Amino acid sequence: MWLGLNVGSDIALANGVAREIIHANLVNTEFVQNATEGYEDFAAHVEPWTLDRTAEVTGVPADAIGDLAHGYAGAPTAQLMWTLGITEHHTAVDNVLALCNLALLTGHIGRWGSGLVPLRGQNNVQGGGDMGALPNKLPGFQDVADDDVRARFEGVWEATIPAEPGWHLTQMFEAMERGDLKAVWVIGENPADSEADVNHARAMLERLDHLVVQDVFMTRTAEMADVVLPAALGWAESDGTVTSSERRVQRTRAAVRPPGEARQEIDVIAEMAERMGAEWGRPTAEELWDELRSVSPMHGGMSWERLEDEGGIQWPCPNEDHPGTPFLHGRLWERPISGRRAPFSCVDDRPPADELTDEFPLRLTTGRVLDSYNTGVQSGKFNSPIRSGEALEVSQVDAESLGLAAGERVLVSSRRGSIEMTVAVDPDLPEGLAFTTFHFPELADVNQLTNEAWDPKSGTSEFKATAIRVDKVEVSAGA
Amino acid sequence: MPDLRFGTAAPTSQEVDAVDAVVAGVGPATVVVSERLVLGGRDRAVTRRNLLLPALHALQGAAGWISPGGLDHVCRVLEIPPAEAYGVATFYHLFSHSEPVAGSTVHVCDDIACRTVGAGGLMDDLREAGCQVRSSPCLGQCERGPAVLVQRTGEEDLSVAPGSLGGVETAISSSPSVTLPQAGSGNLTLLARVGVVDPGSLDDYRAHGGYSALESAIAMGPEAVIRELTASGLSGRGGAAFPTGVKWQAVADQMGRPKHVVCNADESEPGTFKDRVVMEGDPFSVVEAMTIAGLTVGAERGWIYVRGEYPVAATRLATAVGAARAAGLLGEDVAGSGRRFDIELRRGAGAYICGEETALFNSIEGFRGEPRNKPPFPTTHGLFGEPTAINNVETLVNVLPIVLDGGGAYAALGTDGSPGTRLFCVSGRVMQPGTYEHEFGITLGGVIQAAGGMAAGSDLRTVLLGGAAGSFVGPDQLDLPLTLEATREAGLSLGSGVVMVFDHDADVVDTVRRIAEFFRDESCGQCVPCRVGTVRQEEVLVRLGGGGSFEDEHELLDDLAAVMRDASICGLGQTASGAVRSAIDLGLLGGVS
Repeated sequence: MWLGLNVGSDIALANGVAREIIHANLVNTEFVQNATEGYEDFAAHVEPWTLDRTAEVTGVPADAIGDLAHGYAGAPTAQLMWTLGITEHHTAVDNVLALCNLALLTGHIGRWGSGLVPLRGQNNVQGGGDMGALPNKLPGFQDVADDDVRARFEGVWEATIPAEPGWHLTQMFEAMERGDLKAVWVIGENPADSEADVNHARAMLERLDHLVVQDVFMTRTAEMADVVLPAALGWAESDGTVTSSERRVQRTRAAVRPPGEARQEIDVIAEMAERMGAEWGRPTAEELWDELRSVSPMHGGMSWERLEDEGGIQWPCPNEDHPGTPFLHGRLWERPISGRRAPFSCVDDRPPADELTDEFPLRLTTGRVLDSYNTGVQSGKFNSPIRSGEALEVSQVDAESLGLAAGERVLVSSRRGSIEMTVAVDPDLPEGLAFTTFHFPELADVNQLTNEAWDPKSGTSEFKATAIRVDKVEVSAGA
Repeated sequence: MPDLRFGTAAPTSQEVDAVDAVVAGVGPATVVVSERLVLGGRDRAVTRRNLLLPALHALQGAAGWISPGGLDHVCRVLEIPPAEAYGVATFYHLFSHSEPVAGSTVHVCDDIACRTVGAGGLMDDLREAGCQVRSSPCLGQCERGPAVLVQRTGEEDLSVAPGSLGGVETAISSSPSVTLPQAGSGNLTLLARVGVVDPGSLDDYRAHGGYSALESAIAMGPEAVIRELTASGLSGRGGAAFPTGVKWQAVADQMGRPKHVVCNADESEPGTFKDRVVMEGDPFSVVEAMTIAGLTVGAERGWIYVRGEYPVAATRLATAVGAARAAGLLGEDVAGSGRRFDIELRRGAGAYICGEETALFNSIEGFRGEPRNKPPFPTTHGLFGEPTAINNVETLVNVLPIVLDGGGAYAALGTDGSPGTRLFCVSGRVMQPGTYEHEFGITLGGVIQAAGGMAAGSDLRTVLLGGAAGSFVGPDQLDLPLTLEATREAGLSLGSGVVMVFDHDADVVDTVRRIAEFFRDESCGQCVPCRVGTVRQEEVLVRLGGGGSFEDEHELLDDLAAVMRDASICGLGQTASGAVRSAIDLGLLGGVS
């Protein structure tokens, strides 16, 4: 079953499904009573979300929403999986909490075959978080504000760690604008193409006193840099580990030497430390891993040998006798439960920040297609037989009312910028919705249009919902 | 919609009708209710994809070939990418890809048994008479060669054996009856009903003790059935001899997912025809045994994959399944047990490799019949990735006497290491070729004697034991007991029970080269050791035929054998060098000093 809901109506849909589960007596009452808190408030909160009202807000037929509720609640096991359609909104965290409510209502959590699964877009997005590439966390998701945690790291690292959380990406750009952030070292990112409201982002990068880019390709961001450090690929050129979406830590192995002057990332960072006056030597991947195990309890039992022998281990794995953890939150099924009860969250439907008006009447959402990847840094250099280039896809109805034919050039404008694009007509799109990828910034600089409005809880910009206007580009006669 | 290109050719109305009849009742994989609601998903896709093979059969039957327009039509209704469907259609011998010049295609077996009894001459005669002739690998009629399969456009296929010019031209419509040399003998268990009952009559089957085993199995319950099966010591008859009780227990232990029972009736080992005899002569026994298997392991769906070269067996099995369903012995409530089980029949289309269990799964699912890596094993990840008990026909029909008489009584037959009886496919230069049932423990010489001894005027030179994947043995092995343990100790394998007898007039060099050619042709090409190794092996034999010396080739043959044995994904590559090697060791090819 595929539901074509209105962009940004995810919370409405989840609340409507929740109400239907409650009214159809499909709630797992044993689980709700013994493992959760706040059910009464939640049930009252979603009460206005009848199937009809939910259908009106989401655009999805009421029957289909009912089928979804009954199918999910009635399944022996069920998982909720999502990608950026849930999280690239100004309500990102609330969207996820709305889904968590459904898992709590039905008990589809903490058991084999059930759960909540954010699917990562790369093999090691999870690993980045694991290793502390978050402004408020140290490796192993340990809170930087926790004095005991900091003390443990300071003992091993022989350095003082600030207790204040750092900035996330969106806050960094705000700090650049204020002039508080003057030098940036970008490792494996291409913000000069990938940021929402990208014109603004480029202006901020231009203002920096010093920009260092470490990457495997000469990206647009690298072209703006004062210094470019060519890096080895993580895959096939580097020793180390990656962590998959299911928290499984796996070994990667260097099979070939990186080309030219490209160097292992560990080498680059260690030598940078040396230039700054710190003597780190040249640690191997295994030595760094063992250091991590000494400070991150959830990785403690994952010896290099075990990772080799077992082909990967899922965290948490606190000691060498621990087999790893195939699913989380099993404690919710212990009676009495150990630790705190899981809370329901009363979250409200809030439409996208970029409002539709007569001036900007169409909703643009961006996404990826099969054979390309994000801003094209990793995929744009390869040919593909099914790649059709960048186009603004509009519905049949909108194409007719705007007098557009496939292949025509149009000016696409949002409150932040305008770009020229080619039109394609997609009969599967509902009226009022337009779609494009952003794989080819050199052809269509789509992120000039997107909205930088971000969720204060996650820092993620609302790439998925932009208000646009489409105008025909008049071709001058005799050209 | 499929992601690769369609052609411009249109299907004929006969092709459209034939394909639509196969997919009737199954809507498209994706239903666009509106731009707000689309129905699709894995289950819908799986349901349609597994109709690809039946749809291709329908096309071949309607038009005599897989026309581009017809294939595009199949892809459209089943929502399969054209490139993938083309890959599947070209995987099988029985699908033709050029426009037919005659109303039927005559496949003449020129494999190891039939080529010694005039297959070549028959092909010449048929060609001269204007028939569209194709040579075929073993058609499983080795006891009455030369075998012929007639694929007729718009009509059912025919088996003709022994084939003759007149026989094929008149295209006899009465199917051949099963000839059983032991018919009437009181000592038969597995073959007791073959040639005795009317294979089309459920009543007659019941009158001869049929369906009493199912009744007992329902009364005993699954655990008791598995206990008896384990006590019986029954092991798989397909060649690997895995304990059947252990296999069924493993599937029964799987919880929470749909399960399947698959009958491997893709008997395509050259020289093998025993399962055909059972299916043609006693088809209800296969259906009954599968039903017991389904109720025992907790599967609700059964599948019979019968080789495409067995039109008679397929027809009779289909009749039996239909009759059982009508009598409430299959369906929503099997024989009043309150349990659901039903059987679907799938016809193969001419691919030896589909007898390998995981290749067979892929074939049913609508993919190329390429074996999968194991583990995971079928007991946990079989058909559609779900737990599956797969057994061949002979293994399954052994279940009936075990349920009826108990595992202990069954184990009293045969030897300690090989309890029970075994079917042997005796062909070649014996007085009376055919399918024989013997208690385990009979010697090779005993099997030949039971078939009336050597044909008049013939002296035994060698026996091909176990089929093309088996080995040649010499007259010095006549005292070898044909048990699992004795053959294993001798470095041999019973395989599928093939005993193919050659005398001194036989052109063994030609037979061995044919075996090498067979493996080269039947390798699915998926893994390098087998794809390349089988070609190199055949090349060596061709060189030797041209006067080369063994001394120069020994090392290469040994290397090839080792690599194929160690590194091939499945049994085809792993056994492809066995018969060739044994022929050389026995001096059958000459030239060995």
